[in-house]
Amino acid sequence: MSKISGLFARRGYNIDSLTVGETEDPHISRMTIVVKDDESIVEQINKQLNKLIDVIKIIELSEQRSVFRELALIKISLNQSNRSVITETVNIFRGNIIDVDNKSIIVEVTGSNDKITAFIELVKPYGIKEMVRTGLTALERGNSK
Amino acid sequence: MRAAEGIIKCLQEEGVEVVFGYPGGAVLPIYESLRQSGIRHVLTRHEQAAGHSASGYARATGKTGVCIVTSGPGATNLITAIANSYMDSTPIVAITGQVRSGLIGKDVFQEADIIGSTASFTKHSYLIKDAEEIPRIIKEAFHIASTGRPGPVLIDIPVDIQSKEIAFKYPEEINIRGYKPNINGHKLQIKKAVEAIKNSKKPLICLGGGVISAKAEREADELIEKGGIPVVHTLMGKGSIKDKSPYYLGLIGSHGNYHCNRALANADVLILIGTRVGDRAIRDQSLFSHGATIIHIDIDPAEIGKNLSSMIPVVGDAKNILDQMAKDMESLDTQAWIREINSWKRERNNDSKHSIGVEPKAVLDILSRKVDMNAVLTADVGQNQIWAAHNFIIDGERKFFTSGGLGTMGYAIPSAIGAKIGMPDRQIIAVMGDGSFQMSFSELGTLIQENLKILFLMFNNRRLGMVRELQTNAHWDTFGIELSHNPDFIKIFEAYGLQGTRVESNDEFKNALDKALTSDKSFIIECIIDPNLSTL
Ligand SMILES: Cc1ncc(C[n+]2csc(CCOP(=O)(O)OP(=O)(O)O)c2C)c(N)n1
Ligand SMILES: [Mg+2]
Repeated sequence: MSKISGLFARRGYNIDSLTVGETEDPHISRMTIVVKDDESIVEQINKQLNKLIDVIKIIELSEQRSVFRELALIKISLNQSNRSVITETVNIFRGNIIDVDNKSIIVEVTGSNDKITAFIELVKPYGIKEMVRTGLTALERGNSK
Repeated sequence: MRAAEGIIKCLQEEGVEVVFGYPGGAVLPIYESLRQSGIRHVLTRHEQAAGHSASGYARATGKTGVCIVTSGPGATNLITAIANSYMDSTPIVAITGQVRSGLIGKDVFQEADIIGSTASFTKHSYLIKDAEEIPRIIKEAFHIASTGRPGPVLIDIPVDIQSKEIAFKYPEEINIRGYKPNINGHKLQIKKAVEAIKNSKKPLICLGGGVISAKAEREADELIEKGGIPVVHTLMGKGSIKDKSPYYLGLIGSHGNYHCNRALANADVLILIGTRVGDRAIRDQSLFSHGATIIHIDIDPAEIGKNLSSMIPVVGDAKNILDQMAKDMESLDTQAWIREINSWKRERNNDSKHSIGVEPKAVLDILSRKVDMNAVLTADVGQNQIWAAHNFIIDGERKFFTSGGLGTMGYAIPSAIGAKIGMPDRQIIAVMGDGSFQMSFSELGTLIQENLKILFLMFNNRRLGMVRELQTNAHWDTFGIELSHNPDFIKIFEAYGLQGTRVESNDEFKNALDKALTSDKSFIIECIIDPNLSTL
């Protein structure tokens, strides 16, 4: 993990997001890295990552053939007047309310990057107290493996 | 078996005969086992030198060099040598002691995160957490260091782990999921490359250090001879081709020959072999805007297209790729092209514009005529390096080592020591400046302790000549470069029980060289040179 983020820093590549977690094989973890850059730079990133001995395989995920998800936790200020409209928005976005007290509410939303951004824009006027986004994680569809 | 003993046993399994080292508390168990083994331990006078000597040894023998140092300052002192070996793709395995496993992260005495500090310039590194893993890890380390594109591998071993009991079994096979270097060039790509060369009017081959690591000199020569293709080389590629080859042109790069750089810019098919086309070799990439076809042969796919976009990439080991290419090559009519390149030749301007002292070019010419056909020359960094690179003639089995990628001052002496230990029967010459000498002359102690004979050739301009030259070229006043308090270098040699001569003319140099070559001990010839000489 530190080797990979270090490589990006050292060679001056920009990362939009990087997520890491376990896979079906407990000896292997899987990272999803989002970069926006020229094709030639992406190719260099690919090759440089491949040189790391701990890196087993690199898959470039195409937008068409993969599913992407991101999760966000958002703590929104709560008062009598906005409560129901927030709840409604959460429902429309198929989010979940996971914690409430009398001053705030924590909402969980998953989906594409765009969907989450749209949700955030909608609830912003009510006052976002705190927020975390996980960054993108993804898998190729069907039996492409 | 004690883990420390296991570590030494692994080294023996890997055929290690010598380790360069500097002990301390965190490697004592290893040292105790080393003492009882038949492996030769060379105590250097600084950890950086242990690393550079391992690198010189590796380059001389083609084997992996090994160094062992203690935790904390021992490990941090080694950092420059690790970076150096990474930049020049030299296979070394560096073993560092580490504080007790349970104390890591607590900033205890002599703790340094050496894995983290060197992460960006080791090919790979291991922190051993379980003593049972030692055999696997050491086997992998040697495999990774020496295969594919060679490089440094670091193994950090906490001192308590070294004393654990283990059931020793050396693995027979290696299976590293993320490491499968591609050796065989793609057949179709090779064919494409050969076709492109056959259809070219102005082909040019550029040899890099990778040709030497791949031991592909003969195959390269076959391709060159068979096709009649003119050839240039990078600084790291010096030694891959003999100067007397009829197709030999010279050195490219920021300090290279004008006609060689111009040839690069005018070739219609450029064949890059084992070179990363670093900024020092090919500074101005717009040179290639004229649409030459670029064939790039390298074991490291990441080098292809990193600095220069290549039209025909061939990934694999240069030895077998060149062998296949040579087989299919046919004789090309390149006479007119070679004549054209040679017509661009210019006298290397400042080499001989000296007013006092000896002339570096003449010194290296004389040296080249006198030394053995299999002599090894190590050059330090600075003007001395450029003079040596241009004027030491490669012939026979001669070799030339220098710090190319990192440009590490102080490399010549310890790498010469490593080379001499690896090739005791060869003449070894270390070329350096007065500045670089002072960065590692403490290694004279190592030299005497190991009873080695090396010829030292120092160009004394009483300054950091190369920096002066850069300042002058930038139209700045010279600053911070005077070495006006240089010691009497000959006396330093005498203090170590060695001899030397100071020379102020080419004739004096000739006599001194005769004396040095017949001396049975290491000898220094200190050449007083004009402080205003330039290399460009
Ligand atoms: C460790 C290190 N520090 C600084 C430099 C920058 N540098 C490059 S050449 C040079 C001068 C070398 O002086 P000297 O050894 O006397 O050689 P000369 O150029 O005079 O032949 C310096 C300081 C370097 N290459 N390496
Ligand atoms: Mg000098």
